[in-house]
Amino acid sequence: MNRITRTAFGLASGLLATTALSNVAAAEDLTLCWAAWDPANALVELSKDFTKETGIGMKFEFVPWTNYADRFLNELNSKGKLCDLIIGDSQWIGGSAENGHYVKLNDFFDKEGIKMSDFVDATVVGYSQWPKNTPNYWSLPAFGDVVGWTYRKDWFANPDIQKAFKEKYGRDLAVPATFAELKDIAEFFQKREIDGKTVYGASIYTERGSEGVTMGVMDVLYSYGFKYENPDKPYEMEGFVNSDKSVAGLEFYKALYDCCTPPGASNSYMGEGIDAFKSGQVAMHMNFAFTWPGLQKDESVGGDKVGFFANPKGPDGDQFAQLGGQGISVVAYSDKQEAALKYIKWFATADVQKKWWSLGGFSCLKAVVEDPGFAASQPYAQTFLDSMAIVKDFWAEPSYASLLQASQKRFHDYVVAGQGTAKEALDGLVKDWTEVFEDDGKM
Amino acid sequence: MTDANATLLERAAETAVRATPAPVATRVRALSDRAVAWLFIAPTMVLLLAINIFPLIWAIQLSFTNYRANRPNETVKNVGLQNYERILTDSDTWLAMQATAHFVFWTIVLQTLIGFSLAYLIDRKFRGHAFWTTVILVPMMLSPAVVGNFWRFLYEPQIGLFTYIVSFFSGIPPSEIAMLSSVKLAPWAIIIVDTWMWTPYVMLICLAGLRSIPDYIYEAAEVDRASPWRQFWSITLPMALPFIMLAVLFRGIENFKMFDMVNLLTGGGPGSTTEVASITLKREAFEKWRTGFSSAFAIILFVAVFGLANIYVKVLNKVKSR
Repeated sequence: MNRITRTAFGLASGLLATTALSNVAAAEDLTLCWAAWDPANALVELSKDFTKETGIGMKFEFVPWTNYADRFLNELNSKGKLCDLIIGDSQWIGGSAENGHYVKLNDFFDKEGIKMSDFVDATVVGYSQWPKNTPNYWSLPAFGDVVGWTYRKDWFANPDIQKAFKEKYGRDLAVPATFAELKDIAEFFQKREIDGKTVYGASIYTERGSEGVTMGVMDVLYSYGFKYENPDKPYEMEGFVNSDKSVAGLEFYKALYDCCTPPGASNSYMGEGIDAFKSGQVAMHMNFAFTWPGLQKDESVGGDKVGFFANPKGPDGDQFAQLGGQGISVVAYSDKQEAALKYIKWFATADVQKKWWSLGGFSCLKAVVEDPGFAASQPYAQTFLDSMAIVKDFWAEPSYASLLQASQKRFHDYVVAGQGTAKEALDGLVKDWTEVFEDDGKM
Repeated sequence: MTDANATLLERAAETAVRATPAPVATRVRALSDRAVAWLFIAPTMVLLLAINIFPLIWAIQLSFTNYRANRPNETVKNVGLQNYERILTDSDTWLAMQATAHFVFWTIVLQTLIGFSLAYLIDRKFRGHAFWTTVILVPMMLSPAVVGNFWRFLYEPQIGLFTYIVSFFSGIPPSEIAMLSSVKLAPWAIIIVDTWMWTPYVMLICLAGLRSIPDYIYEAAEVDRASPWRQFWSITLPMALPFIMLAVLFRGIENFKMFDMVNLLTGGGPGSTTEVASITLKREAFEKWRTGFSSAFAIILFVAVFGLANIYVKVLNKVKSR
């Protein structure tokens, strides 16, 4: 072997060894899939501690909300190995459990002493259990979220505005206790001149493509008396989904959209709502709680200018809110399930959960949210607690996507396009949902 | 071919012959011309079969089942013609077809009229016509995703330039010009954008048609003292007609399956006002995951476009042969 050949051989061996070593390191890395939003950045920060403790590297695959479901459900359906851990939407739990996408965590929880009773009950039912209300766990509650409201505290406190409101409505301008009051306030602010700028009443969900308008409508309908099914006879929807109370709720939502939203807000969801509030266009803003830390920190509308309140009550005094949030699951197709379970074990510890909350993640651990100092830890903490206490969620059936698309169409057709009546929209929804459950053999 | 090149080719061929092992060479020599031809086109045919024909046959097969791609563990049942029956009797399908027809019809009408008019003007070869041709062609060089996004901003009721201009000339407050939110305006909003983007394409094809008309025909018409109007109706339009029809065919097929731009501009809304067939199809296939049902829908759309295009091509051939 001459000198050049020996050198080349040596270099090649070195290169091979380096590549092999780096592959060994990469083989230990876990990939966590989630939506691309503020809490995801907090999770990246938090996960550095996990890498420090275990030596397991973390990679992240974040997809914008508009493509989140499409992208990751495709990945799961095709049994892809991209994600070792996934923070999937609450409604995916039924399909992912029944189709074997998620690893069942009961044995792991028992072995590691992780108790579901340590987590907020609503989040356990919403994010972890399938079938609902049975001790079958597929996720660890990871991020508690709920629809609530932010408002312009500085406008509400303005003496001139307060005076004008009292003259018109005969009561003080304050956080609304009922949806009727909320509409009054929204109407009052609609097209009002404040600081030389025309402002509008409220930003609400109207998005058509994914789940926006359904989340918004449901958020109101629950407090008006809407029920998904007969509590005594599952999947019987006639008279519950399209009850008179539900019709009144849907009519209210349309009236709120017609009277009090900014121009062109016909396809508005989380991002558009944040934009409307941050740009000082609206007095009130419906959105998931995850937006609150960002709004609180905002230079132009944050700090003392922003306030938070839970969903107001309906006409009969009922008060509910739409659940958001997600649980973290181990993907059944991952080759690194053991390392993924290690992450879940680490994530479930109280110290990590405390840090998670401090970084902007909404912890679901009772030890964190029931801590005496929690309510005062952030200006929105009490509203978060109040809201999480009244949550309800959309169907989490394996067919949730078909059920969701049906409601998206019926609600958008009525609320935004003004086609038909509320009764027709809900009757149509009963028909669509019945068809889906019949196809599934559940009716 | 120059002598030098020919010699080079001969040498290359000789080298190839020498390099071919004797048994292979014997086998190749035994092949007929037809077999050699098949040998050459075989890779392309295999590729076509794999990426076009096989998925089509598979989709046809799936269209008779209740298959859902998101439920791999579920038993797939044969449902016969149930999917087709459901689609054809579903009022929502017909609403989507109506929205598609409205979009296709008006975009074709506007693009043909404006495109031909522009081609006619450009064909006059006025000073700077080359510059203006380039300027006119710019929109069609942009990506539909880019076009969809920036027109969404142009249509913004509060900050949109389009809204501002309309408001300036009409006196209507900008906040009341909700191009993408209004049931009445949204279908026209997508037609305007598609027309803005694709009229240059129609113009190019029409320009090719106009430039293909020999000058001597016009000279003969001048000798016969035919008026410009008469020349237009008797020479220009009939001779450019096959080109115009070709442009209509291309745009018709393209717009029948329009998805990206409409999805970006309105997402099918408000309500289902601009939900064209391809958006419905996408929702059924990748949001509701009704794979069998959406396969049937895709087959129906394919048959409709294929049938209409076939009839149209026959008419086009008749016009060309006149």
